[in-house]
Amino acid sequence: MLELYLLLAVMLASALVASETKNLLAAAVALGLVGFSVAIMFILVQAPDLAIVQIVVETLTVVIFTAVILRTTEVDTTVLGSGLKMETAMFVAAFLAFGGLFLALIVGVLRELPRFGEPVMRVAQEYVQLGLERTGAANIVAAIILDFRGYDTLGEATVLFTAVVGVLTVLRLAARKKPGEF
Amino acid sequence: MKGMSLIVQVITRLMAGILLLYGGYITLHGHLTPGGGFAGGVLIAAALILVSLAFGSVEQVERREYILSSIFESSGGVLFIGLALAGYVVVDSFFRNAGLYYLGQPLQLVSGGIIPLANIAIMLKVGAGLFAIFLALGASRFVMRE
Repeated sequence: MLELYLLLAVMLASALVASETKNLLAAAVALGLVGFSVAIMFILVQAPDLAIVQIVVETLTVVIFTAVILRTTEVDTTVLGSGLKMETAMFVAAFLAFGGLFLALIVGVLRELPRFGEPVMRVAQEYVQLGLERTGAANIVAAIILDFRGYDTLGEATVLFTAVVGVLTVLRLAARKKPGEF
Repeated sequence: MKGMSLIVQVITRLMAGILLLYGGYITLHGHLTPGGGFAGGVLIAAALILVSLAFGSVEQVERREYILSSIFESSGGVLFIGLALAGYVVVDSFFRNAGLYYLGQPLQLVSGGIIPLANIAIMLKVGAGLFAIFLALGASRFVMRE
């Protein structure tokens, strides 16, 4: 339990740094730290699959953020030089530290997973056996996504709604930028 | 947007109705056969996009289509949340099915309680949402210039 609270403190601190710092790159790195802490949290609560997904998503997000920041901001070339080498060394050290921690933790969790081909069906068994009786739907997939797991489907619908709103917002901004153009 | 050639327009006239019908069928039979609101909504959006690509349209029509699809998308979302909330208000829990909605005989069209209703709501949401994205991408110059 203590590890979780420590991770939570790290996440809170990095979130504060990300929102307060003036350096955009530092903000992106701090956001990445929050995401990677979530990944380690997933391992601690025995969810290695979620942890791997979280790492992939978080790495992509940090790479995209960094690429956008480097493309859209000017680099001050006068401070480049020895500082850059220091930063590279720090990034490599942070990467090694995180990777080592991740591998050390995930070995123990992966050992406790059920063997391949012998799934533990504590929840799913009930869905399969009682699906027709509880919901009256012959299609077990529909019974699961709209009845047993309806809340998840609501989340999916929210994701779609957010995507539509995002596309429309971005295009509206693009359209407003050139008012004279038809 | 400009329309396309006569051949495309004739084939579209034949296909569009069948596509819409098939989208409705996939949605309404979502609790009986594979498919459901997402697949049906995508089919309906595809039919609308096909018509609007083949026959073309003008600014006023696109603006009206855009407003209409926004309304349909929002009402689909409200309907879905409303169906879920009704369980909380009337009985006891969010997404309540048995005890509130009519479960009916299995394998009949009217069965499954909340599931076909939620499929219809998702169909509205997905169909109108995808069509709105298409309008915004294909006709942003017309729609957004207010």
